[in-house]
Amino acid sequence: MYTEKVLDHFQHPRNVGELENANGVGMVGNAKCGDIMQMFIHVNDDGIIEDVSFKTFGCGAAIATSSMATEMIKGKSVDDALKLSNEAVVEALEGLPPVKIHCSVLAEEAVKAAIDDYHSRKNAEAK
Amino acid sequence: MQRVYLDNAATTRVLPEVIDAMLPCYSEVYGNPSSVHSFAQDAHKAMDESRAAVARALNASSPDEIIFTGGGSEGDNMILRGIASAYKRKGKHVITSAIEHHAVLHTLAAMEIEGLVEVTTLPVDEYGLISLEELENAIRPDTILVSIMYANNEMGTIEPIREIGAVCKKHGVLFHTDAVQAVGHIPVDVQADNIDLLTLTAHKFHGPKGIGAVYVKKGVRLPAMILGGGQERKKRAGTENVPGMVGLATALTLQMERMDDVSAKMRCLRDKMIANIAENIPYVKLNGHPEKRLPNNVNFSIKYIEGESILLMLDLNGIAASSGSACTSGSLDPSHVLLAMGLDHETAHGSLRMTLSEFTTEEEVDYVLDLLPKIVKRLRAMSPLYKED
Repeated sequence: MYTEKVLDHFQHPRNVGELENANGVGMVGNAKCGDIMQMFIHVNDDGIIEDVSFKTFGCGAAIATSSMATEMIKGKSVDDALKLSNEAVVEALEGLPPVKIHCSVLAEEAVKAAIDDYHSRKNAEAK
Repeated sequence: MQRVYLDNAATTRVLPEVIDAMLPCYSEVYGNPSSVHSFAQDAHKAMDESRAAVARALNASSPDEIIFTGGGSEGDNMILRGIASAYKRKGKHVITSAIEHHAVLHTLAAMEIEGLVEVTTLPVDEYGLISLEELENAIRPDTILVSIMYANNEMGTIEPIREIGAVCKKHGVLFHTDAVQAVGHIPVDVQADNIDLLTLTAHKFHGPKGIGAVYVKKGVRLPAMILGGGQERKKRAGTENVPGMVGLATALTLQMERMDDVSAKMRCLRDKMIANIAENIPYVKLNGHPEKRLPNNVNFSIKYIEGESILLMLDLNGIAASSGSACTSGSLDPSHVLLAMGLDHETAHGSLRMTLSEFTTEEEVDYVLDLLPKIVKRLRAMSPLYKED
């Protein structure tokens, strides 16, 4: 049911855990639906996502999409990371079963939520 | 890699004796029982013997009370639709429980939309048991049927069937029980239990798939569900699945003969698993009744992690289990059974069911018990809901 790539990211998730020096944290999903994703980013002064990590409560696809999303935005500028689409995550995982597409949507939303948090913290500092 | 099958509530391995009994029905005893010649007579004899064996196993008063079907879901559909149609003059009120199999719940929901029945769904307590008092209070003059499962497929709780049967008898209401998980595993006696209608299926007790039976007490009116020839006392047309009938009867007979030994062995392994998991994994909850429970059922909610990811990790290590998580059901909601028992969504998403069989060995159980805490620890380390103490 899952591709090799999904199983690889499920078994060996990249960038798991909490980032101590995170300056953007986003959490999406809810326990009722069975998926919660938390994304931590550290953005440097040049606006580059220097480090990223995740924590996920969810199925195999939820864990794999979070892991893949962290790989895809690491080293990217915040503006580029905002362009990450759920389709791109699905493609990078070489496909997901139709009922699991919502997991990739959640991964996209988690990235956006972390970046939103980064922006609002920055704006708060500027004031 | 070691492979361990702990999904016997889903389906079971067919016993070699059952396969041996079935094979001649394809190669030698292949006549159509409805024909006249000796080939037909041989097939008819095999069919009659199978029916008699099923009647004996259930303590039915006559083989005529057994009708073979295509399986459990068909049996439930046949009974619910048939009884509602045959007894519509008396009324259309049906009482069931919140933890029934979907073959009962979805059928009744569809019939309710069609205006054929009015359904009262009884709640269950934290262990999954219905209340006899609530059942009795729900019975009305227009109640035609009570349908309560013998034992639950997810968390293994055994309902007070004999007492439910007695309440139904007292009020003159027909009693149907979906005994798909019970028959062949625990003693079922349709006369002592006051059961009027019962559903069973062979593949849950080491028989073949695609064959089941219903028990219909003499005097209960059940119209045909499939029309055509006169097979199965005109209640289910179609050339009989003689190999399936022989397989079902052989499996059931073997199960009845060995039930005490097999269930004692499974109970022992089950209780070892339950005690070990409760002791070695923090934040777990046993689902279902601790004692009034099928001998082969272990079901835990493992907090802070989700069921499908546990199943995947187990599967990557050769272990087959199941879960009531939404991700394994194809919908967004987790198991209706666990929710009915009062579990919150998060805890219901993290359920793990492991169901044993007589083929399960202590070595296999030890392998699982060694691995499971490691898997849980790994997944919890990834979970935003879990904070290590």
